Amino acid sequence: MQVRVQTEAFDFGQEANTFAIAQTDMGAIVTFSGIVRNLAETKLSYMDIEHYAGMTEKAIGKIVDEAVSRWSLGDVLVIHRFGRLVPEDLIMMVATASKHRKDAFEAAEFLMDYLKSRAPFWKKEVSDQSQDWVVSKVEDRNALNRW
Amino acid sequence: MIDVLYFAWVRERIGEAKETVETEAETVADLVKELSERETRYELAFSDLSSLRVAVDQELRDFDASIKGAREVAFFPPMTGG
Repeated sequence: MQVRVQTEAFDFGQEANTFAIAQTDMGAIVTFSGIVRNLAETKLSYMDIEHYAGMTEKAIGKIVDEAVSRWSLGDVLVIHRFGRLVPEDLIMMVATASKHRKDAFEAAEFLMDYLKSRAPFWKKEVSDQSQDWVVSKVEDRNALNRW
Repeated sequence: MIDVLYFAWVRERIGEAKETVETEAETVADLVKELSERETRYELAFSDLSSLRVAVDQELRDFDASIKGAREVAFFPPMTGG
């Protein structure tokens, strides 16, 4: 299991490859990556991501432990960036490995749902006209109820 | 003595990211009340607790949680990771 919280960019393809190659006996790899959207109407200049150093690593570690206890997983990778990101930058990725695809897909979705509402990150969107903290969505918070 | 941390718009409203507070407060709610009575900037930041989340020693807690013996308390809006 690997959790990395970093400012540096990462290479999604290379990370996915390294993760896949390291597995033995695993029939399924699922990956997900979140990207800073480049929406024409908002004209986003950049996004600042703030986090709670210390708590972030612990909180993600607990989420990963919970996933491992619920599904049969060979391995999990979580990378989440903080600091200043521009449109089309990769924000984060998760990868799960399992013997069969169902566990890998479900665990990846579980990880994403929990990272959204339980990992201490806050996003601020900055454009020429405005600076707005991204507001947590009710449906994102409610998404936790299905697990 | 307890370290109090603020993140995102709470940090902006309070005007600092971290401070050490001398307090006898027993719960998070007591601390919120005490700070709100000290200065308007706290009163404004804490005016709607339903829009805030709190962590005690880096674990998410409710506002009635004890802070006796805790090292740090953090206030922040609902998280927006992923």
